[in-house]
Amino acid sequence: MTLNSRVPKGPIKDKWTDYKNKIDLVNPANKRHIDVIVVGTGLAGGSAAATLAELGYNVKAFAYQDSPRRAHSIAAQGGINAAKNYQGDGDSTYRLFYDTVKGGDYRSREANVYRLAEVSANIIDQCVAQGVPFARDYGGLLDNRSFGGVLVSRTFYAKGQTGQQLLLGAYSAMNRQIARGKIEMFNRHEMLDVVKVDGKARGIIARNLITGEIERHSAHAVVIASGGYGNVFFLSTNAMGSNVSAGWKIHKKGAFFANPCYTQIHPTCIPRSGDYQSKLTLMSESLRNDGRIWVPKKMEDVMAIREGRKKPTDLSEEERDYYLERRYPAFGNLVPRDVASRAAKERCDAGYGVNATGEAVYLDFASAIDRYGKEQAKIQNIKNASDVKIYELGQAIIEAKYGNLFQMYEKIVDENPYKTPMMIYPAVHYTMGGVWVDYNLMTTVPGLYCIGEANFSDHGANRLGASALMQGLADGYFVLPYTIGDYLSDDIRTGKIATDTAEFDEAEKDVKERLDFFINNKGENSVDYYHKKLGKIMWEKCGMSRNEKGLKEAMVEIKALREDFWKNVSVPGGLEEMNPELEKAGRVADFIELGELFAKDALSREESCGGHFREESAETDGPQKGEAKRNDKDFAFVSGWEFKGEPADAVLHKEELEFNDIELKQRSYK
Amino acid sequence: MDLTLKIWRQKDASSKGQMVDYKVTEISEHMSFLEMMDVLNEQLVNSGEEPVAFDHDCREGICGMCSMYINGEAHGPDRGVTTCQLHMRMFKDGDTITIEPFRAAAFPVIKDLVVDRMAFERIQQAGGYISVNTSGNTQDANSLPISKHAADEAMDAATCIGCGACVATCKNSSAMLFVGAKVSQYALLPQGQVEAIDRVQNMVAQMDLEGFGNCTNTGACEVECPKGISLDNIARMNRELMKANI
Repeated sequence: MTLNSRVPKGPIKDKWTDYKNKIDLVNPANKRHIDVIVVGTGLAGGSAAATLAELGYNVKAFAYQDSPRRAHSIAAQGGINAAKNYQGDGDSTYRLFYDTVKGGDYRSREANVYRLAEVSANIIDQCVAQGVPFARDYGGLLDNRSFGGVLVSRTFYAKGQTGQQLLLGAYSAMNRQIARGKIEMFNRHEMLDVVKVDGKARGIIARNLITGEIERHSAHAVVIASGGYGNVFFLSTNAMGSNVSAGWKIHKKGAFFANPCYTQIHPTCIPRSGDYQSKLTLMSESLRNDGRIWVPKKMEDVMAIREGRKKPTDLSEEERDYYLERRYPAFGNLVPRDVASRAAKERCDAGYGVNATGEAVYLDFASAIDRYGKEQAKIQNIKNASDVKIYELGQAIIEAKYGNLFQMYEKIVDENPYKTPMMIYPAVHYTMGGVWVDYNLMTTVPGLYCIGEANFSDHGANRLGASALMQGLADGYFVLPYTIGDYLSDDIRTGKIATDTAEFDEAEKDVKERLDFFINNKGENSVDYYHKKLGKIMWEKCGMSRNEKGLKEAMVEIKALREDFWKNVSVPGGLEEMNPELEKAGRVADFIELGELFAKDALSREESCGGHFREESAETDGPQKGEAKRNDKDFAFVSGWEFKGEPADAVLHKEELEFNDIELKQRSYK
Repeated sequence: MDLTLKIWRQKDASSKGQMVDYKVTEISEHMSFLEMMDVLNEQLVNSGEEPVAFDHDCREGICGMCSMYINGEAHGPDRGVTTCQLHMRMFKDGDTITIEPFRAAAFPVIKDLVVDRMAFERIQQAGGYISVNTSGNTQDANSLPISKHAADEAMDAATCIGCGACVATCKNSSAMLFVGAKVSQYALLPQGQVEAIDRVQNMVAQMDLEGFGNCTNTGACEVECPKGISLDNIARMNRELMKANI
């Protein structure tokens, strides 16, 4: 099977418009005879469910939480990009397209990214119409901030809670359709398998997480919008329940999984403090607008700080190494995430980490507070302002911009980040890889779609800040509703899909057997025991830097872990009741399989690109010495993996990437 | 630190529940409260007992899923945090901690510390939205300037995470802070004006139907709200309702 991206012909700027003009439509009277299942209700799933229902389809939406409003999109802090050029700083659709392809280290599909940039402006209009309270300036117009990897201000935001406000916008649109009866909402339900009839996706098997009942749901098309798989590392900034299961189940039923090794390690997270830790907390990238990242220049200062003999504020400017500003003068503290993360690791590996574990660097706001303070003193016409007054004025500005983030930091770490620099360290945050989809966002299984973080399509090997929200809403509001219509136009005479068929029987039987196994196994080890072990292997051998030896070891160790899991896992409680351990067991079983494919993918990609850094592929001399070395000649393709019974037996299918509108170059942020 | 936990255990909605005592040892002050609960659950799983069911997800104070009533306070003794952001440094060695589910007639217990908050969903469905379809031709976002003051105030109301602490802490189990926050967000914005009358009437009617109590201005909800949603929102909702009914 060859991977056909189904990208329309024609100049890139006309592709989407021409495509929309030529697709088949479903007439409004027929839409009400067509059912669509949407699994996941974050930004992508929520916006898709609402829009499809507005169009007239019957939507069944599924969330494992007790409300769509709790999907993990809610936790996105910094903002959403859009090529509005409200700041008049030279932004355009092309520039957003270019920045995204470059930021993704030239490993994304041009046509998809261009379309994303094209609809980005519509998203902002739509959200404002819904009542999303974006930040505004004193003239009442929308405000913007900058994010890493770009030279314009195109990020719209709502304090440090942009994801929350956008999700509540999509949620409100869903609520309107739930009230109309066009969306049937299944809260506290988890999809446990997809059902195929004659090769097409026609339904799912789901478990009611309150009663434990196994349910059959049919539809003419199934949309997976279940988010990313960062929790394969156990510790990540994802929610506790975030999982790969929907994506993995469809992979096992024929959907190819693309580029699983492309993981984003976010540079600014609160460092881990102990083995009991259950998750890591992100500090928004927006902080890099005003925070400067540093470690001490001298090892004796590092030691003095670790031993508590010195405080970071005791060190003079000359004694500090602002290593991002030093290495990347053009972008400074606003280099893309993969670059910033590796630079932090480089310093910490060299022994300059500033906390007890040696895995932390400083993010310092002192100069921003001073700069804002002086600016305010001038604005408020305060002559000869004292240092204390300047500090006070500056702090107020920082508080207005990032108050909730500073409060969050203080609650977790018990230190006041206005007085002493924050400590940060990279952590797993987002997965660019995911289910392979074509231009229509359809997987390799007809009628089965995948949108948002769960698919692979738009971010290449590294995602730029504030682009996840953009992609989720673009897919759900503006892309899928068109592309799925083209497919469903063939289904107007199909009629309701029956659930009392052999295909549903078989899928349900498989699901039940697996659940029975977990409950009856009565092994020795808890589910978390395995999840933590998996996370350790992943972080050590498939983390921020990877090499052939480590990846080969990871594959062997993960396989052994999988065998042990299926012998010795212990799940308490029963089937027909709320049973969080049973839910976790299923998710961890899928993570373990994914982990093996992840390592295999990382092993096969013998180049460094974006978030994937292979130690064997780095620049050895010249001004770029030590930087990642991409290999376009041999690796300018998407890896689409086909499941063949065992994760390690997966077969690679390549989608060659063509770059017609952007010249392939080494990424330089110097 | 070593702690004694008194936890509400209830098999399902129809069973009778009871408080059960547990001991946990060597709890670090840097742990979050839910990480302490993880330690307890790991202990229970390893000894073949059923772990305590509790709602949680993002563990960074924004999804609104966690919902414990700790030592008589929704989300525990700290201010401006959800249970997942509460840290064990708020407690000391030897403490006995009482952990109950959020209690309200409109929030029936599902299991142990997990409650059913579907009443909140139905209130939102009754009018917590602006009726605008997705089209791609809505007017340009900047063609409607909104004063920074109004936008900021709307944002403050919109930060509600729908956790239900306001209901759990109110002696009347009133949901007025929750409903007031949503009504206020839209009442403060020009986009919300067209449907303002229907919205407040429908949302309040649904709130009453769900069995939430009335507001007697004790202000407990504002104190316990992890997002600091102000009582002003209740006043604004009452004004909106009064305007709508005239």
